[in-house]
Amino acid sequence: MTLKELWHKLGSPRWFYQISAPWVTGLGFAGLLLIVIGVVWGLAFAPQDYQQGNSFRIIYVHVPAAMLAQGIYMGMGAAGLVLFVWRMKVADVAIAACIPLGMAITALALFSGGVWGRPTWGTWWEWDARTVSTLVLFFLYIGIFALREAITDLELKGRASALIAMVGTINIPIIKYSVEWWNTLHQGATFTLTEKPAMPVAMWVPLLIMVIGFYCFAGHNIMTRMRLEILRREAGTAWVKSVTSS
Amino acid sequence: MLSLSEFTVKRDDNVLFEPLTLELGAGDCMEILGPNGIGKSTLLRALCGLHLSVDGQYSYTAFVYQGHRLGLDELMTPLENLSWFAALEGSTFDDARASQALQRLGIHALAFQPCGHMSQGQQRRVAMARWLLSDKTLWMLDEPFTALDAEAQILLNEIISEHCALGGAVVCATHVLLEVDGKRSVELKNISANA
Amino acid sequence: MNLAALFLREWRIVMRAKASLVNPLTFLFLAVLLFSLGAPGQSLHRAEFAAGILWVLVLLTNMLSLDGLFRRDYESGTLEQTLLAADAPFIPILLRVAVQWMSTGLMITLLAPILGSFLGLPASALPATMLALILGTPALSLLGGVGASLTVGFSRGGVLLGLLVLPLYVPVLIFGSGVINQQMAGMPIDAQLYWLLFISMLALTISPFAIVTGLRISVQLQ
Repeated sequence: MTLKELWHKLGSPRWFYQISAPWVTGLGFAGLLLIVIGVVWGLAFAPQDYQQGNSFRIIYVHVPAAMLAQGIYMGMGAAGLVLFVWRMKVADVAIAACIPLGMAITALALFSGGVWGRPTWGTWWEWDARTVSTLVLFFLYIGIFALREAITDLELKGRASALIAMVGTINIPIIKYSVEWWNTLHQGATFTLTEKPAMPVAMWVPLLIMVIGFYCFAGHNIMTRMRLEILRREAGTAWVKSVTSS
Repeated sequence: MLSLSEFTVKRDDNVLFEPLTLELGAGDCMEILGPNGIGKSTLLRALCGLHLSVDGQYSYTAFVYQGHRLGLDELMTPLENLSWFAALEGSTFDDARASQALQRLGIHALAFQPCGHMSQGQQRRVAMARWLLSDKTLWMLDEPFTALDAEAQILLNEIISEHCALGGAVVCATHVLLEVDGKRSVELKNISANA
Repeated sequence: MNLAALFLREWRIVMRAKASLVNPLTFLFLAVLLFSLGAPGQSLHRAEFAAGILWVLVLLTNMLSLDGLFRRDYESGTLEQTLLAADAPFIPILLRVAVQWMSTGLMITLLAPILGSFLGLPASALPATMLALILGTPALSLLGGVGASLTVGFSRGGVLLGLLVLPLYVPVLIFGSGVINQQMAGMPIDAQLYWLLFISMLALTISPFAIVTGLRISVQLQ
């Protein structure tokens, strides 16, 4: 079928439910595998950093988490656009599914940033560019969450979250740049691992594996939530009844 | 000017009343009746696009809507409010016509007082002036009889009759029956108990 | 569409309910007073923090003023009339936001000399301060308008409004205070000024339609 047909079919919750079944298992398996490999390699086998010793290894959790946190929010923004332009209900289900995971991953990124900061700089919190950006991102997530909680009607909830997700997504690059600029004033010439100078291959390959693994896991988690939400919303229809009774 | 086909309104996924099919043309006047809470106001809001959860098809021409909230600014006088509406609609504001309308509605003496100083009934008369001055042919009115005294009720019926006679159309959700010749009534019915 | 008549209405509302004009500015001066009282004596370091404090207070003043931006119209029913009757609702809405900006951002820019001296900003930094304020405050009014459009339906929307909008304000705060601090350090400020202008222009592009969409969502809550 053509790309256009495929796109329009995605809008049907039932079709999405059916087509996503193999993806959920596939992404879950791939995610688990990649994360295990990445964790073992990064924690045990990657070479020590010449400055920070072993404590730098937390970046194998911190960096993928921070990247994923931002990726999920921008995904919500994209879903919001789909909701407004193509009026697909599945897009609203996607946004609802992204929020819990997004918030958890952002919290993980902040926490792992603190864990990294403690042995490295002696503080639990360090005002560097990535941690500040992640903190602002966390507030953006809380904002969407609170807005959804305040509105009871399902359709209005979806449109309001889509709108704020789009506005937030447009602002994220600006926020990032402004925070990085602010950081150059405050850190001066201090070397931090937020600028990634040329990392040896043995260091960044496990990082890449972790990033991909995190994304696979996120895909698995979000799709699972979406499937559950679709079952919930379409509970009265015949196809759901046949699926849940079998 | 207005046509509905198997049209009904939903709130939180519950259908409120039996689907309606009707057509309104020039000169038609229709009152929408039904028990409290059945969704008369919601129906009108849905027809305006102020309530999105609907089932069925509908189409309409340009309209003036009068909701529960009057749509008047309390800090501004009737004339200022009316001139703002004209600017909003993109039509030119004719001072003389506006004064005439206010005179007809018996509130010309209040033309330069802020609407906040008037009673509910008087403010409602200003709202009525708004419909008279608008160039839109379809009127959608939600409980227009609220807070009107006997004299104002007679005026309201007269104004609606005239508007229909001149080729306009009026849809009115109301508890009080209209006294307009040739009016039609539609009653919203509860959804019959289904499995 | 008669722009003059539409603008006149917004202007009249502000002039007749002067509280909406006076209260946020009073808050601003009150907050400046509190900061001065809270700081230890005649500390010479005040100039360091002055830029940051000024901008944070500008953000908070905007928040206060935004809560009422659409609320009056929402409750009186004129908001839904605006959305229904106007061919292009974003025009009257944008005029409303413009008048709000004039009563906050523009007023603050004009009052900057007084505020600056209360906070300990050197006079040499004043032109940069005023420039930063006039370039950055439109973004605050516009982005804030998006938040206000979504929260106008809630009776206690104030905190939610802050939560939605303050993260979006972060770049304006950073570049705005950056301009002042850089100027005091004798360093070039062009880039930051251009950034403020860019953010305001971007806000002007996306906000009108976002605000109207938000308002269309909010009127359904009635």
